[in-house]
Amino acid sequence: MTETTTAHAPTTTELATMPMAKALNAGLAAAMAADERVLLMGEDIGTLGGVFRVTEGLKNTFGENRVIDTPLAESGIVGTAIGLAMRGYRPVCEIQFDGFIFPGFDQITTQLAKLTNRHEGNQAFPVVIRVPYGGHIGAVEHHQESPEAYFAHTPGLRSVSPSTPHDAYWMIQEAIAANDPVMFFEPKSRYWQKGAVDLSAPAVPLHSSRVVRPGSDVTVLAHGAMVSVLLQAAELAAAEDISLEVVDLRSIAPVDYAPILESVRKTGRLVVAQEAPGSVSVGSEIAATVAERAFYSLEAPVLRVSGFDVPFPPAKLEGIYLPDADRILEAVDRALAY
Amino acid sequence: MTDVTRTVADAPVQFLAPDGTFAPNAAAEEYAAFVDGLDDAALQRMFRDMALVRAFDVEAGNLQRQGQLALWVPSHGQEAAQVGSAYAMRPQDHVFPSYREHAVGLVRGIDLMNVIRLLRGLTHGGWDPKDPRNGNFHLYTLVIGSQALHATGYAMGIALDGASGTGDPESDQAVVAYFGDGATSQGDVSEAFVFAASYQTPQVFFLQNNHWAISVPVSRQSRTPLYRRGEGFGIPSVQIDGNDVLASYAVTAKNLDEARGGGGPRLVEALTYRVGAHTTSDDPTKYRTDDELASWVARDPIVRFRAYLAGRGASDEFFAGITAETKDFAADTRRRTLALESPPAELMFENVYTDEHPLTAEQFEWLERYEESLEGGDAR
Repeated sequence: MTETTTAHAPTTTELATMPMAKALNAGLAAAMAADERVLLMGEDIGTLGGVFRVTEGLKNTFGENRVIDTPLAESGIVGTAIGLAMRGYRPVCEIQFDGFIFPGFDQITTQLAKLTNRHEGNQAFPVVIRVPYGGHIGAVEHHQESPEAYFAHTPGLRSVSPSTPHDAYWMIQEAIAANDPVMFFEPKSRYWQKGAVDLSAPAVPLHSSRVVRPGSDVTVLAHGAMVSVLLQAAELAAAEDISLEVVDLRSIAPVDYAPILESVRKTGRLVVAQEAPGSVSVGSEIAATVAERAFYSLEAPVLRVSGFDVPFPPAKLEGIYLPDADRILEAVDRALAY
Repeated sequence: MTDVTRTVADAPVQFLAPDGTFAPNAAAEEYAAFVDGLDDAALQRMFRDMALVRAFDVEAGNLQRQGQLALWVPSHGQEAAQVGSAYAMRPQDHVFPSYREHAVGLVRGIDLMNVIRLLRGLTHGGWDPKDPRNGNFHLYTLVIGSQALHATGYAMGIALDGASGTGDPESDQAVVAYFGDGATSQGDVSEAFVFAASYQTPQVFFLQNNHWAISVPVSRQSRTPLYRRGEGFGIPSVQIDGNDVLASYAVTAKNLDEARGGGGPRLVEALTYRVGAHTTSDDPTKYRTDDELASWVARDPIVRFRAYLAGRGASDEFFAGITAETKDFAADTRRRTLALESPPAELMFENVYTDEHPLTAEQFEWLERYEESLEGGDAR
């Protein structure tokens, strides 16, 4: 990936327009071309190209030894990826849907997350676990969940989530280049929205949060698909002369607090949004930390807008369950009322 | 458990009768050439390692009782299964143990003080599997059966590297995964069988059936002899007398040769017995009978092998020398254990990640400032 960077003058950009699924595909292909130890493994990812077609064509390009259709066993996928990492490979595992990660949860949290520590630094575990996550797709049970908090809570793991095709293209390559296990949460409802991808350089490093729309009245923050909801809310708020500053979290663990705190010190108000249930969530952690570190800048308590603390509902109710722009603006109004 | 389907031909592979007589049964025939390849020097080295680990194990149990270790995991009774299979490996092979394979570790070259350090509470690991001195002996895994998948993934990597199946036994590699009868009920072990069979990995699953998963007998884990499980997954499988070091050696050697040569995975079930407790926290008198224990003590693998070696002409001086060496080894273990120091607090924060991580760095800095702030400085 450095070749494209150095082949261009710093001011030149090489733009392409593609949906996130294609950007991920291109990012995976670039990582595989750059390092022959990178291999993909998962259910249906080879011949079919994955149920979301993210790996489409890669088996033809790189062969069945590098794009491996596995038996239908998530613990087996992660557990054998661990052994492959010990052998010097850099496996990228695809978990087919968010709700199917739990059969692999033990190998991820009990083994993968702890093995670097257990080896006392003598063995790195560069394993990426791609998880299509979240709602908005009208699917059946176990296919619309947001399990990020379980992994963000686990020492030894890194967790990230892109919101745009550009970030997806670069973040997957950066996650693969990292020498630690990375949970890579892909907002599957955003797979087919097109966006500009600057193929010459990433916007910011992997574990950075960043302001994606400047504003002055209230900071609103989210990751993944919820970022687009925040941008929609910001448009609606602007029509009422309320200026929202939108922060894309990008990295769930570790959280890059500097841009968040800078924004909150400017606006004095923070609303964090997420699809996941709100109790003991990523948003809870950010709310607590911002309260600790920016207490005297805050004009209002940090407010959370989340999924409800219920199992993800049947598809016909997901529009009520998932926070939308109106729910964001309701919280913005409450923050402004202090 | 009654095995209604067993026939004479299915008898576990055995070379040494419990009294040490060399009496290979019919099942042993196809493995006989491997035993023929062992000279007196090799046999005596195997005996020495079995005796050393027995003495080490007893001493470590004593150290735990005296408060020097948080826990001990006895290997007593399983020395033949472990030493025989370990001698069957080649230097380039990789080993994924559970947590009772002290004898395998010794044969592969790790300093057993590392196991002491683990069970004293000084580390979660203890040795570097990449250090050539450690014989590709990977770290102990405490969650039952998890390592079977790591071993299988490693073996997939060997196959992808083209480092097996070339026909050169000096360079072809294979993996041995150790686990017990209880582990066969874990999903991870079944998934390891599935992946190994699917990708035809170069590996041997070495199942030590010591008949007890803490308090639960093997009959609760399986209605069928465990080696038959392998066959259901398409993995050629064999059952051996695990208290016969020659059977363990020969059968593992042949199966490893086949795995290294590209023949796919194999399963060896070694019938043995956990003479000691599951760990020092366990009390086996609550769940098994004195008669059962006595019947297995009568089949002690070291007593059996000693009788065989004596019959082959090993001298009293040889055995006296081994006894002296085991006493020295135990005393050395005690001396070195008492000299172990606690690790620094940094250990907690180091190596959680390979790359830099702001949270662990920040929390360690906080801890240092906190401890400096306490009256009298560093509280540690």
